[in-house]
Amino acid sequence: MGSELNRLTISEARERLRRREITSRELTRDCLERIAALEPRLNAFITVCETEAMAQAAEADRRLAQSDAPSLCGIPLGIKDIYCTRGVRTTCASKILGNFTPPFDATVIEKLRAEGAVFVGKANMDEFAMGSSTENSAFGPTRNPHDLERVAGGSSGGSAAAVAADECLASLGTDTGGSIRLPASFCGVVGIKPTYSRVSRYGVVAYASSLDQVGPLARTVRDAAAVLRAVAGADPRDSTCSARPVPDYERALSGEVRGMRIGVPREYFVEGMDGAVEGAVRGALKRLESMGARTVEISLPHTDYAVAAYYLIATAEASANLARYDGVRYGLRAGADNNIELYNRTRAQGFGAEVKRRIMLGTFALSAGYYDAYYLKAQKVRTLIRRDFERAFESCDLVAAPVAPTTAFRLGEKTGDPLKMYLSDIFTISVNLAGLPAMSVPCGADEGALPIGLQLIGPPFGEEAILRAGDAWERAGGFARRAPQL
Amino acid sequence: MKTDAYEAVIGLEVHAHMLTRSKLFCGCATEFGAPPNHNVCPVCMAMPGVLPVLNRHVVELAIRTGLAAHSEIAPHSVFARKSYFYPDLPKGYQISQYDEPLCRGGYIELAARQDGEPRRIRLVRIHLEEDAGKNIHAESASLVDFNRSGVPLMEIVSEPDLRSPEEAVAYLRELRGILVAVGASDGKMEEGSLRCDVNVSVRPRDATELGARTEIKNLNSFRFVEKAIVYEVNRQIEEIAAGRRIAQETHLWDPEREVTRPMRSKEFANDYRYFPEPDLPPLIVPPDLVEKIKAEMPDLPAQQREKYARDFGLTTYEVSVLLGRNDLGDYFVNVLAQGINAKTAANWIMTEVLRAVNESAQPLEKAAPQPQETGALLRMVEDSRISLNAAKSAFAAMCRSGKGAQATVAELGLAQVSDEAAIAEACDRVLAAEGAKLAEYRAGREKLYGFFVGAVMKAMGGKGNPKVVNEVLRRKLAG
Amino acid sequence: MLELPAMAQEKISLEQVRHVARLARLELAPAEEESLRAEMSEMLGYVDKLNELATDKVAPTAQVGESGTPLREDAVTNHAAAEAMLANAPARDGFFFKVPKIIE
Ligand SMILES: [Mg+2]
Ligand SMILES: [Zn+2]
Repeated sequence: MGSELNRLTISEARERLRRREITSRELTRDCLERIAALEPRLNAFITVCETEAMAQAAEADRRLAQSDAPSLCGIPLGIKDIYCTRGVRTTCASKILGNFTPPFDATVIEKLRAEGAVFVGKANMDEFAMGSSTENSAFGPTRNPHDLERVAGGSSGGSAAAVAADECLASLGTDTGGSIRLPASFCGVVGIKPTYSRVSRYGVVAYASSLDQVGPLARTVRDAAAVLRAVAGADPRDSTCSARPVPDYERALSGEVRGMRIGVPREYFVEGMDGAVEGAVRGALKRLESMGARTVEISLPHTDYAVAAYYLIATAEASANLARYDGVRYGLRAGADNNIELYNRTRAQGFGAEVKRRIMLGTFALSAGYYDAYYLKAQKVRTLIRRDFERAFESCDLVAAPVAPTTAFRLGEKTGDPLKMYLSDIFTISVNLAGLPAMSVPCGADEGALPIGLQLIGPPFGEEAILRAGDAWERAGGFARRAPQL
Repeated sequence: MKTDAYEAVIGLEVHAHMLTRSKLFCGCATEFGAPPNHNVCPVCMAMPGVLPVLNRHVVELAIRTGLAAHSEIAPHSVFARKSYFYPDLPKGYQISQYDEPLCRGGYIELAARQDGEPRRIRLVRIHLEEDAGKNIHAESASLVDFNRSGVPLMEIVSEPDLRSPEEAVAYLRELRGILVAVGASDGKMEEGSLRCDVNVSVRPRDATELGARTEIKNLNSFRFVEKAIVYEVNRQIEEIAAGRRIAQETHLWDPEREVTRPMRSKEFANDYRYFPEPDLPPLIVPPDLVEKIKAEMPDLPAQQREKYARDFGLTTYEVSVLLGRNDLGDYFVNVLAQGINAKTAANWIMTEVLRAVNESAQPLEKAAPQPQETGALLRMVEDSRISLNAAKSAFAAMCRSGKGAQATVAELGLAQVSDEAAIAEACDRVLAAEGAKLAEYRAGREKLYGFFVGAVMKAMGGKGNPKVVNEVLRRKLAG
Repeated sequence: MLELPAMAQEKISLEQVRHVARLARLELAPAEEESLRAEMSEMLGYVDKLNELATDKVAPTAQVGESGTPLREDAVTNHAAAEAMLANAPARDGFFFKVPKIIE
């Protein structure tokens, strides 16, 4: 091993690039070498973009040689394989898109290209972002860098594992029910799910449109803030994207939490949860209190209904979003004599078991005679969950909670029991239903050295508050990142 | 209709292609005639991850139409997904409006027929939706072109207020007139700009409940709409008379055999699983936009009819003929521009011009002379330079040859003789030849006057100006 | 009294599973039908907990973004790029996408 530039944070690398101490080509090469060394065991990437990445790095070096290169210029990133990338295969970890090469870029990819970022590869994930473990990938599961027998979390498991294992400096994931925060927690990295509408969804393969949101994973809060700033903001191609100006998130990182009121929801500390998880989260809160923050007990009374509401709403939307995979215009096509057969077989062969399960559930929830009892009911409960948070934010500035009741579980442990798998998202799902920003920041480890995440939840467009608190916790010592033993 | 014991109950769903440059949700062109799959982009091809963005002009055109149809313009309306699988439907759902459409209620008033009251046909709704692509069925495969995928459509749904095939056509004509007047559609049915689904049921004349209905899909001409309804009403009456029940089903019109037939039954009943489109927030229409559009509304057909009746002193019937086609109104106005009396122009258009159009089965601009030339011809009649009969022959010739009025009249030698000396000379010749009759007339048999007129005209080869002929002849007869 | 057979507690029948699969255009093997019936039943049993909440007077939430859809100007901004759009076609005929013959 050489210089191991791949271990740098974005803040560090950015400085050294700017000072011309290193080049983006050196930095990118170290990442690609790390990828080559680890991938056989980790499987964090579906597609590694070696040639493209080196070309981007060379271009970035040219820009860096001139003055004021953008803040992510030359920084190697991993991109969840859910983002359409012009000319680079985009599979969404599905056989049905196994040979699909988009003729266009997702808006956030376009923005990152303009920033001069380098894309080292397309990260592994649960097929169509449906899962909590990255075991539902047509390209095999991603393994947790801290314990190869355990899952990386999902659905952005590849994005989290790649950052944790130093294969890239940061990555993009998506979060529909916890898909950034859960793998961030399991892999010991920072992951942000921004406010719904904060970041454009154009070109991001849709799972559940009213819940999906783009977000970064990184090794520090500051790094995550830098990537978030680069991707957030208005997009004329996404009607649901907010036109609000994007703050300079890094400037919000004052290290100061004095007077900050942190709500601690009683429903998030449940019986049966991992003692180490509760201990680590409470420990972090104590530390923040010692720095001048105040904790207040709050109640989010409809928490227990979130998973049920989520699985009706998300699957209903997914059942329509996935109707376009029909073998007519792109992707897999099964042999067939007529068009009904064409659809039935293409979709049967192209989708994995979990995707079929969710399409079936969602189709049922919308079908004649069941709409009111299932889909509409879930939407009404969504209103109640949203109101819980509105009320809570009357008495606090942000909410702190665990990300998940446990640390990373073993590969295969929950694959036989979908409902048990769904319940992994019990602490993350409400945030998506309410459209709020939330972050997972490492706050400890269990006896097996498996990372634990602290979840910080803000009011709509309250990204700065949660970033400030997370950064303050990191500065105060936080949880010293233990490099995975690989 | 075969029997008076039954009444037809008819409702129309009209799909109108809207006059926009770009598609409903993407920046692709709407123009026809491009090679297959050239007016497409990732959005209207439903590539993974793409999202819709609504076209402002579509909203404005729909509001104009809604205002013209006395609809309520909803300040808050919602797009929904309508799910079904078909190769020309790229997303596997159509973005449409469902339970919260943009325009709600309203009515369209049909021009009074000669006998009765004007009829109001109530509307259920007007909503926006996207068109699908097009499947072409080849020998062993089907081919799909997505150029039309995402082209904006307005769906105008009537209540089942129509009671006869003729009334359905009258409604459709009136609706088309409105769409054209507000600029929402070019109204060209034959080019597919308007498509019509018809719901038909019959019931005993004294019944108040509706019978089971069939839906006839995709009629694209007034003639087909009328024929399909006539056929379907008769079919249903026969079924009922034979004691059979009407099945609630979808039919297709077979224009070759002129029958409707049920669509080959689908694998299972439709279940469109409508739900609110999560990629589009609700459409909020600010009240000032509605006010602005209201202030800029063009004349609607009903107002135009009123104006024609008032300004030109025409009867309701004359106006309805002149404005019953897209093109006659302009033609009429251009004829008037030659200083022609409105009644004369209207009569001429309703008889001679329409005859030429009907006989040639060509569009107006090909079948009849330019309105300026028709005006020039009528000017000659009004100036007594040619007779009315001569004008009719000249007009027929102009239709055939495409030549102007002046040239045609000269070529056919139809110009009238008004020269008093020439007429006096002809009178003298006639009176000289008919000495016996002249004596009788002068003895008091005044009935013979007509004979002399005829004889003079004949002597002049029919070209004598009748007014001058009369004047001179009376003088001469008086002695 | 006879005990209810286990089947009676299923939230969804095999017939319903087949109907939903037809709507969703998914060809299911018999074993898949069986497992989906069991899994969907379990899931539907679980979501029944929503009925503990009285929601008669609660308005549904379909979206959580900002209200009012933006409107774009009516301008043609895309240029024909047929080859790029057809590049992923599983089967084509000239500029057309090709599918098995459609029966109406
Ligand atoms: Mg429709
Ligand atoms: Zn397009």
